[in-house]
Amino acid sequence: MTSKVPKNLKYTESHEWISVKGDTVTIGITDHAQHELNDIVYVELPPVKETYEAGDECAVVESVKAASDIYAPVAGEIVEVNNDLDTKPELVNEDPYGKGWMFKIKVRDNSELEELLSAEEYEEQLTES
Amino acid sequence: MSVRSPFNLTPPNRCPKVARMSETATQNLKRTPLCDAHQRLGARMVEFGGWLMPVQYTGIIEEHLAVRQNVGVFDISHMGEFWVSGAGAESWLNSLLTNDVRKCESGRAQYTLLCNERGGAIDDLIIYRIESEKFLLIVNAGNIERDFAWMQSHLSGDVTLDNYSERMSALALQGPKAAAVLDALAAGASQRSGHFGVGMERVGDIPIFAARTGYTGEDGFELICDAANAEKLWSAVLTAGAPFGIKPCGLGARDTLRLEMCYPLHGHELSEEITPLEAGLGMFVALDKEQFFGKDVMVAQKQNGLARRLIAFKMQGKTPPPRAHYAIAVGGKKVGEVTSGSLSPSLSIGIGMGFVETALAKVGTQIEVEIRDKFYGAMIEKKPLYKKA
Repeated sequence: MTSKVPKNLKYTESHEWISVKGDTVTIGITDHAQHELNDIVYVELPPVKETYEAGDECAVVESVKAASDIYAPVAGEIVEVNNDLDTKPELVNEDPYGKGWMFKIKVRDNSELEELLSAEEYEEQLTES
Repeated sequence: MSVRSPFNLTPPNRCPKVARMSETATQNLKRTPLCDAHQRLGARMVEFGGWLMPVQYTGIIEEHLAVRQNVGVFDISHMGEFWVSGAGAESWLNSLLTNDVRKCESGRAQYTLLCNERGGAIDDLIIYRIESEKFLLIVNAGNIERDFAWMQSHLSGDVTLDNYSERMSALALQGPKAAAVLDALAAGASQRSGHFGVGMERVGDIPIFAARTGYTGEDGFELICDAANAEKLWSAVLTAGAPFGIKPCGLGARDTLRLEMCYPLHGHELSEEITPLEAGLGMFVALDKEQFFGKDVMVAQKQNGLARRLIAFKMQGKTPPPRAHYAIAVGGKKVGEVTSGSLSPSLSIGIGMGFVETALAKVGTQIEVEIRDKFYGAMIEKKPLYKKA
């Protein structure tokens, strides 16, 4: 299955995508990740106002068989979460880059954005695995 | 990045979002004759009890609902098959198994347990009485060697015991349309087998045992054949089932289906440290028959009362799914542990089973399940959790 990897987004090795708008980033999981997880039945989002370092576990996505961690790609404060996922966790499967977005971080240090993978680099990682 | 199987998760049951088994990890796994067939169907393969098995094809929820509403087929070739025959086979089996073999007539199957001297369950299994002194035993995949070694070490008299696990394969055809699919494969077969009946049939030129048994709570059949015929039988089932919309189903759906029915899974609700009575299986333990392994311990347990019991529960409201090893608490105090848990595809709510102190193990008791350091409300309910309308 060729998964979608939008060119305008940044990525992490752990299959999160990042959309940058000024000093706020929106985060979700990639099409490849949602396809691997299959039926997502629960999403646990971080509390608004909570702060995390880059690489901290900050959310959990549950499929039928297992729980998987989602990591903050950059350090900062959670400013908004997608409450629609409380009642419709399947949005992550249906529209991982759109309605399935998970949370937004106010970035503390913009230089951390440069450490993220480009679409090409993420795609290369996918073909290597 | 370490690779983990969904079936062997240690607490806290975490799995990387994208988990791939390495070549070396899969090399040492046993494969059923249908392994290639599964991969051609696009199955996601995982390790289970030392075997490389399909966990899902199109999706666990979809496959689960297909079995409840229609018909699905599972590869259960990883399970073990033993043949027991000879004069005295019945009484020999009765000395090893908890249920009363005398009550299992020829052409019938019986659910039973194999216990150690402490009453702990070595395995749960089904015996199929093919003839008066000829029995087929189907045991759990992960326990084949242990079961066989135990039984062999206690062999006596003129009874013969043979391990045919490598030579035999099996499929489980389950769902409301399973009988119709079987009849398309072997005309009239479903009429010849009542619930828990077993008989010989032919699918084309393939001889099979068809047993009206299963692990899903739906009507269905377990079809047992020579390993050499497994691929042909699998293809025949999918072809005959196509007009009925049959779906191949993996171990993921097998687990959610049995959990809804509150059927035990050895390694979770049963182990060598758990007696069948603690697991609520007293119905399958004939304490009034002659001596068998574990009888004395269970007679005492019955007299003195059990310290813990297996309960079934439903989560209240939208919660993360409960999972094995999560703590069960009452008023914030731990009183037990979850043995199996999942989202129930049929009930659309989290369900599970677990052991709690007997005093608290009453239907209607409010409990909490601890998930990632938070307590979520749940209610102890009667088994089975899923009932047909």
